[in-house]
Amino acid sequence: MKSQISIENVSKVFGRHKALNNVSLEIKEGEIFALLGPNGAGKTTLISAICGLCRQSSGNIKVNDFDTLSQYKETRNQIGLVPQELPLDGFESVYNSCQFSRGLFGLKDGRDHIDEILKTLSLFDKRDEQIFGLSGGMKRRLLIAKALAHEPKILFLDEPTAGVDVSLRRDIWKLIEDQKKMGVTIILTTHYIEEAEQLADRVGIINSGEIILVKEKTALMSEFSKKTTFIRLSKKLKDTSFMEKNNKISLTDNGMTLKLVGINNTSNELQSIVNLLSRNGIAFNEINTVDNSLEDIFLDLVETQ
Amino acid sequence: MNIQAAITIYIFEMARFRRTIFQSLVAPIITTSLYFVVFGAAIGSKIETINGVSYGSFIVPGLIMLYLMTESINNAAFGIYFPKFVGSIFEVLSAPVSSLEATVGYVGAAASKSTIIGLMIFLTSNLFVTHDIKYPLVMAIFIILTAITFSLFGFIIGIWAQNWEKLSIIPTLLVTPLVFLGGSFYSIDMLPEFWQKVSLLNPVFYLISGFRWSFFGTSEIPIALSIVAILSFMAICLAVIAIIFKTGYRLRT
Repeated sequence: MKSQISIENVSKVFGRHKALNNVSLEIKEGEIFALLGPNGAGKTTLISAICGLCRQSSGNIKVNDFDTLSQYKETRNQIGLVPQELPLDGFESVYNSCQFSRGLFGLKDGRDHIDEILKTLSLFDKRDEQIFGLSGGMKRRLLIAKALAHEPKILFLDEPTAGVDVSLRRDIWKLIEDQKKMGVTIILTTHYIEEAEQLADRVGIINSGEIILVKEKTALMSEFSKKTTFIRLSKKLKDTSFMEKNNKISLTDNGMTLKLVGINNTSNELQSIVNLLSRNGIAFNEINTVDNSLEDIFLDLVETQ
Repeated sequence: MNIQAAITIYIFEMARFRRTIFQSLVAPIITTSLYFVVFGAAIGSKIETINGVSYGSFIVPGLIMLYLMTESINNAAFGIYFPKFVGSIFEVLSAPVSSLEATVGYVGAAASKSTIIGLMIFLTSNLFVTHDIKYPLVMAIFIILTAITFSLFGFIIGIWAQNWEKLSIIPTLLVTPLVFLGGSFYSIDMLPEFWQKVSLLNPVFYLISGFRWSFFGTSEIPIALSIVAILSFMAICLAVIAIIFKTGYRLRT
């Protein structure tokens, strides 16, 4: 896939604080890219620099080969942005607010397009109401509608499902997937790792202003995959001396469950542990193995950095 | 050029004016009427004519200028400060909108609003005094130039302001005194010589004097000087706005 956004050695300094430190990143056309990172990692600053809300201190950002500083009209024309907060002029009506967003991109009346988006986002019956009267979830949807009003090729979603209920979150996920099917490139920041796990093609992890990892989601999950096995014991374990030589084993559930982290099945590690339990006369009645989630991988990477 | 963006901002801002039309128009009209009752009828009847003009008529240009300047500043400052305050300014900043297009949209709307208010005050004054406009074209030019220039000034204040107090501090503490002391309600010939010289340092005096010339054909200073004064102030405001957008001052981080 062709690279659509090219970020080269971008740094952004606020006073003494380096919010972005020599960031380089390529976003491919038509993909969903999830940018993950803890609070203050630089996710929003990076998005702001691409969208023109802040100017990088050094480095270059190109969108489809147009420079975001010297050719800002060409780059911004292609981008829709859904910000993290709910910054809306509450006195305006839903429809007029969308029309305003569309007009800023040089497009005249787009009634049919806006109506279509409002229907998709279940806001059509609110189109003539003032924004003040909308619930938080509706305002979140309106921000998405406004970002789509000018039919962007690239959509930035800065924590689009923060503070919305499960049902609406699923609706927004569907909308994101639909946009992808229409060829829109999507860059997503989120605190819900489940969201990235569900939607993303590739994942980038940013911490302290530096990109620490960029990988295909499936490759990431398989490379950093760690299985955790739980062995439910038939009675509480009192003698734990056999565990002392193996740092992969720990005792949880008030002595009733053995937790085995990172057990490698190909080397029969689990079988060895089961044998070990038998030799020590420890009976068990359930074995359960789970794969670690993207959230575990994310936390491991951020904490070990 | 993204003309549609400038039009969109203009329409959006004028919609705000329409939503508050009662407050926007009725308040100045009532206040102007009170000025005419108090200064024109009650006090004005005790004052001799000024340069052959009745006091009631004399204060009309000053009153129009007073509102034109303060409303231009307030509308433009609020127009850009409010989206900054609620955060919705991100839309304009992330759209393909140049500094010129944004300025035309916001300042054009503010100048239009204040011009409408100025014309309403002029019409209201006709209920209290009768006057022939000697140079209507010059009057129209002065109204438009003043509305645009002070809207540019208000636009700068709106970008500079970081809270509501700062938004009102310059109009309240600087502009209103300058307008009142700039000969809105008196001729500077009525002042002692020292204060006449002090008045010449007040830039607003030149605008009111020039505007008054368009009404009556007489003023304390040459009309050319008034036009130079307003064009100079406009040039300064445009230069400041150009610097603001170039540096991103208080707009982009």
